[in-house]
Amino acid sequence: MTQSVPSLRQPHPFLMSVLAGVLLIAITVYGFHGIQSAEAAGTLPGTGWVTILVLAATAAAWWLLGNLSALKGWPLLSIIVPAVFGISLLLGWEFICRGYGVPRVLLPAPSQVWDAFFRELPTLIGDFRQTFMKAVVAGFILGNALGLATALIVDRVPFLQRGLLPLGNMVSAVPVIGVAPIMVMWFGFGWESKTAVIVFMIFFPMLVNALAGLNAADAMQRDLMRSYAAGYWATLFKLRLPAALPFLFNALKINSTLALIGAIVAEFFGSPISGMGFRISVEVARMNVDVVWATIAVAALAGSLSYGLIALLERRLTSWHASFRSRS
Amino acid sequence: MSGGFLQGVKDKALPVLAVVALIILGWYGLSVALNWAQVSERLVKDGGTPGVAEIVKGTWSMERPVLPSPDQVAVEFAKTTFGVKVTAKKSLVYHATVTASATLVGFALGALLGILLAIGIVHVQTLDRSLMPWVIASQTVPILAIAPMIIVVLGNIGITGLVPKSIISMYLCFFPVTIGMVKGLRAPDPMQLDLMRSYNASQSQVFWKLRLPASVPFLFASLKVAVAISLTGAIVGELPTGASAGLGARLLSGSYYGQTVQIWSALFMAAILGATLVYGIGGIERLVLRGAGQSASTRS
Repeated sequence: MTQSVPSLRQPHPFLMSVLAGVLLIAITVYGFHGIQSAEAAGTLPGTGWVTILVLAATAAAWWLLGNLSALKGWPLLSIIVPAVFGISLLLGWEFICRGYGVPRVLLPAPSQVWDAFFRELPTLIGDFRQTFMKAVVAGFILGNALGLATALIVDRVPFLQRGLLPLGNMVSAVPVIGVAPIMVMWFGFGWESKTAVIVFMIFFPMLVNALAGLNAADAMQRDLMRSYAAGYWATLFKLRLPAALPFLFNALKINSTLALIGAIVAEFFGSPISGMGFRISVEVARMNVDVVWATIAVAALAGSLSYGLIALLERRLTSWHASFRSRS
Repeated sequence: MSGGFLQGVKDKALPVLAVVALIILGWYGLSVALNWAQVSERLVKDGGTPGVAEIVKGTWSMERPVLPSPDQVAVEFAKTTFGVKVTAKKSLVYHATVTASATLVGFALGALLGILLAIGIVHVQTLDRSLMPWVIASQTVPILAIAPMIIVVLGNIGITGLVPKSIISMYLCFFPVTIGMVKGLRAPDPMQLDLMRSYNASQSQVFWKLRLPASVPFLFASLKVAVAISLTGAIVGELPTGASAGLGARLLSGSYYGQTVQIWSALFMAAILGATLVYGIGGIERLVLRGAGQSASTRS
């Protein structure tokens, strides 16, 4: 009885979702048909027609999303709803760009970016190799290792720790990316200078997090290790480093984004004739904005995939931690 | 009281000063090592057999060193900050003001947008389910890569100067503000929300009297992050078009002409600016929390 009350007040969200979805698809198909026939005739569709269509599609998409969000207990809902949102956004973008005839140099339609992606695929792969496989991977490993090693050393000297921690926190306020021109001067145009910039950028987040993590094991646990007569190294590997893992992964996640940003921005200051930052600055100057967007898509994909990989690893290694226990 | 103060200095300031001294010493050493080859080569070319002391002295006073010594940077910094008129093109203060104004405009817009978006996400279920995952995912994407495109594209339609840089700063800083603010607006626990319901409070009353005050610490934590990346955004926004003013432009022209001393002093100005902005936000936070009867220091 109590369950039927909301369904009386509110129509069935699943049926409504299907209805809204069909409506959205119908508007989309009708809209693209209109745009294509106008493009075939070499003209633009009427501005008023496009505006009405965009508004109608927005309303339908909002209705669909609202009903999808009201669904309960469906699997994959947490993926489907944002996916529908993203697709609607792309559709709207495509629609507006082609319907109003937005110049390609201002904002290319997603389909044009898609075309550019496959047209320039070999170049994009070359850029990815240069920027990601060489500079980012090397810098990420080196910077994190240096940060962790420094933390381990500093951890043994409380005086240094008290001196370095405030400085490390202050560095988070500093635009470290500014060292890029200096590194390019020192290490040349190749990937080595980008690696150096990345090391500079990610060293302090790792240091600060690792220092906090090394203090995460509480006094009781340390006392237990002492009562086992465990030495410094045994305590480090069996207790303190495992206890620090959530902090270390926090730093790794922050750093995976920072590393990509560092490499791309450092390439604005000088690079060989490949690399994602180089591609962006060159193609922007040539007004090939679609290639720029394709490069950005690659960067976004690389960024979210490496973040996802780290998050996956974190889940495997720190499944004992409170933030995962409730879910698993 | 003064004993406590001295103790505080000994515990807090002394280690920091020691580390800073260590860094400066290491810097002098590094600038000897990096400039050594060039200096000794030049001295030999001039004729004569330079001694170690002479070369070391030379490495600390080169015109275009690989790594300038700290005092060279300090002198250049002081000269371009205090030695010239604030409005002059050579003045670092002038360039810092240009960058800071873009940073602050972008930061204000981004923070406003982020707060509004967070209010929407907390109150509208559809936005929460559909938009929030994208806001979170955006944190893993190097959005800064779009910066040159925004500058050039907006420049093509005649928008230059402060606005494009502010737009970059804006979109960089609204994501963290949204995430922090959503967390803050959801910070009140069910008991407190239940209490509001038992008072028959409307949604707007719950928002103004409970959710908003509860979100303040979260808001300021994310504002500190946001203002720092807003500065980075403004600096990177000054790179692609070869802008003539701003700290980013100073970095770029320094790297074109090999003026390392200029790069380093611009870098220090950027660091000072960043620290000032973040500490400024911290100061506002203390004022706001004191006004709300909370003390920043008692919160962990």
